[in-house]
Amino acid sequence: MDKKGSFSSAFRAAFPHTIPVMTGYLFLGISYGIYMKVSGFSFLYPMFMAITIFGGSLEFLAVSLLMSTFAPLQTFLMALVIQARHLFYGLAMLEKYKNTGLKKLYLIFALTDETFSVNCSAPVPEGLDKGKFYFAVSLLDQCYWVSGATIGGILGSFIPFNTEGLDFVMTAMFVVIFIEQWLKEKKHYTAFIGVLSSVLCLLLFGADSFIIPSMVCIFTMLTLFRKPIEKAGGLE
Amino acid sequence: MSLSEEIITISMCVIATLITRFLPFVLFSEKNKTPKFIQYLGKALPAAIFALLIVYCLKNVDITSGSYGIPEAAAVFVVTVLHLWKRKILLSMAGGTFCYMLLVQLVF
Repeated sequence: MDKKGSFSSAFRAAFPHTIPVMTGYLFLGISYGIYMKVSGFSFLYPMFMAITIFGGSLEFLAVSLLMSTFAPLQTFLMALVIQARHLFYGLAMLEKYKNTGLKKLYLIFALTDETFSVNCSAPVPEGLDKGKFYFAVSLLDQCYWVSGATIGGILGSFIPFNTEGLDFVMTAMFVVIFIEQWLKEKKHYTAFIGVLSSVLCLLLFGADSFIIPSMVCIFTMLTLFRKPIEKAGGLE
Repeated sequence: MSLSEEIITISMCVIATLITRFLPFVLFSEKNKTPKFIQYLGKALPAAIFALLIVYCLKNVDITSGSYGIPEAAAVFVVTVLHLWKRKILLSMAGGTFCYMLLVQLVF
């Protein structure tokens, strides 16, 4: 028997909304797993990181972090910088995730860019507990990601073709997200601030230590130019 | 890097991620209103951050020697054109990556 408020009906209602995420996460996850494998890591690494971190951009960057010199503080700060945008997903979901009981802990843990956009936009079917619906979306999304990363990590060594240059998939992902962001805005002050700050800091501080100065620079400029940026509008 | 160093590195990523995801829910209880400045940052930061991430990915490209950054420039161009044309995230990513792989494997 299937009650309307049960978990199985929540998963059935959630699944169609997660199909685009499934496609993306499997492709990206497999690429990520292969990338780790060809970088010399066992499939356990992408699988474990997909379970514990569950954040695509950081997991990709973690590959190069794991291959460079041990620098825990810099890793921590970089991870904070890269994941900082989650602060704002959290702010946007404060209302929706209210009164979801213990499930709320997992909902917050699994709040990725993609899960955020589904849970933010997909309507909760009538009669269905919103907490269960959001939980189903989040868990399905993480299953796609973990499966992809694991499959890629296992397949990596059996790839019969030359994978040189595959790591460009990460750059391509950021370029695509940047374009999406750009198209959403009427004025591009914040994009320019990002490009200028990071290119300038790269030239000044060098490839190994420009991330933190860039973040400080971006934060300062966004604070200083808050009035004109807000006046120009176009921010979502 | 030794295994324990790897575990610490991954833990740093996990802890930082947990902080960024849980902090808003810890700071702003279900009753209080989000400060205006926080709301503004939430809207203004993403574009700047992704610009920074692109620069981070391309930080080791040498435009004065080797392949002069031509494969990277060409692939970013392909991603951009594909995305503005079809606006299909997966197609743009796959196209750009394929183009990059062809260039670094066969041409340069």
